[in-house]
Amino acid sequence: MRIWRYGDNVNTDQLFPGKYTYTCSTAEEIKPHLLEDLDPDFAKKVQQGDIILGGKNFGCGSSREQPVVGLKAVGIKAVVAESFARIFYRSAINQGLILIECPEAAKSYSGGDEINLYVDKGEIKVGDRVFAFPKLPEEIIAIRDAGGLLNYTRERLKNR
Amino acid sequence: MGMTFAEKILAKYANQKKVVPSQIVTVHPDHLLTHDNTAAIISKINPELEEYGVFSKKLPVIVLDHVIPAASEKTATNHKNIREFVKRFGIKNFFDIGVGVCHQVVVEKGLGLPGKLLLGSDSHTCSYGAVGAFSSGIDRTEAASLMLTGETWLKVPNTIKINLRGKLSRGVYAKDLILHIIGDISASGANYCSVEYYGDVKQFSVDDRFTVCNMGVEMGAKNSVFFVDDITRSYLKSIGIKHSDYDAVYPDKDASYFKELNYKLDDIVPVVACPHTVDNVKTVTEMEGLDIQQCLIGTCTNGRVSDLKIAADILKDKKVHPNVRLLILPASKTIYKDALNEGLIDVFIDADAVILPPGCGPCLGAHQGCLAPGERCLSTANRNFKGRMGCKDAEIYLASPATVAATALTGKITDPRKVIN
Repeated sequence: MRIWRYGDNVNTDQLFPGKYTYTCSTAEEIKPHLLEDLDPDFAKKVQQGDIILGGKNFGCGSSREQPVVGLKAVGIKAVVAESFARIFYRSAINQGLILIECPEAAKSYSGGDEINLYVDKGEIKVGDRVFAFPKLPEEIIAIRDAGGLLNYTRERLKNR
Repeated sequence: MGMTFAEKILAKYANQKKVVPSQIVTVHPDHLLTHDNTAAIISKINPELEEYGVFSKKLPVIVLDHVIPAASEKTATNHKNIREFVKRFGIKNFFDIGVGVCHQVVVEKGLGLPGKLLLGSDSHTCSYGAVGAFSSGIDRTEAASLMLTGETWLKVPNTIKINLRGKLSRGVYAKDLILHIIGDISASGANYCSVEYYGDVKQFSVDDRFTVCNMGVEMGAKNSVFFVDDITRSYLKSIGIKHSDYDAVYPDKDASYFKELNYKLDDIVPVVACPHTVDNVKTVTEMEGLDIQQCLIGTCTNGRVSDLKIAADILKDKKVHPNVRLLILPASKTIYKDALNEGLIDVFIDADAVILPPGCGPCLGAHQGCLAPGERCLSTANRNFKGRMGCKDAEIYLASPATVAATALTGKITDPRKVIN
């Protein structure tokens, strides 16, 4: 498992350039351009189970969802950051991508630390240090656990 | 304890007497805005659309603006699919290419009204607080779900109260004010919050308020709002909206605020947001003399007639500097026509500017004025992220229409106070 570490205010243009917004929509189209202008190595080397570590205001900017769709598709286990921008946060819930907002954990990381997640318990372990983070409300967990919002909506439409 | 604007609106739409910050509520918005991304949205739910149809023909507002006219077979096909969808499901509010940038169209067509709740799959949906609506951005997946069910969840936000006291000086505009605020509280300074503007706001037209609310998302706000007053009412009247068409919402006097900020307007000076974050704000004085290759005046942030007028007053009987391309991007067809009738377009053409069709143009880097490596653009848009205008090795600076027009004349960042009468 690899930890990809970035700074504050990582924005949606860095996560997925706007110039591709209307030409790339599917996961396969999105993958090669993920983080293209931020870290050209990312798309080539990212692996299933990797974690992204961000600073403040991760995912700020546009409402485009390609960053989240792409990160989920390449198998990012979670994004851990000091804070997230709100549309990105909603988008992650909608795609079933796990975000952990925990400033103490994000700040405590130093190179070589292992990160272990206990999402149901609301805990994250960085090296040997354990931090608690607030759990999502039940209504929101239901969306995430359905595998994202569209699956959740489909179920509800069927049972209507 | 009373409720803030956001609490009142969300309580109303959730059919509850009272809501409190952090509470999750289920709401049915009045409208769902989508644009060129409608193609991607409907492609996610084709089987469901066949089976269940759209929740309501009146819910969606679809505006083609992001890549117009189409720049490629792919974008043309997106537009074609959207037009077919609109016909097939009888969508009431569809605006094809050339009508304008979606946010301007929503307000201009009277779809974003005081006291209404609108959500849109575009981050600058937060603009409609300019006329006292509650509006916020969501992603495509959520727009798809709303298209089918007409409902979604919202978390009741904390509210920040911003008091504006005094008067902006000559050469200082609403754009300088909002950049100043973002520079002060940072790009995440209002994260997840609702922002209410108070104080000496009579000096701000609906156009100015639009600029301020449009940029709310650049400090992380969920929505921003100026409360309905005579200025709002007279604007709404001018676009044919009757008093009985809306129900303005005001916060309670004893509402509880998360934070209160105070700004003295007399102290604000022309500013520039420098690369690559909107909160990297410096005074024009500090940045004066920096070479600029492209100037952009317009967009949903500053593309209204009053903005174009400020620029035209500076450019009248003058020529754009030979080292600069000046692009003019009116925010709508109506604005374009008004600018034409007022002689502003003549001024721009005579100054050697290029007029772009009303839409998003080069703002998001898809076409019509992308940058080359090493180039700098001074723009009235809302974002200066790295790569935003199509090139990661270019730099974008943000400023008011006056600063951009003054700069277009010299080829270097120029203080507008030196050229305005």
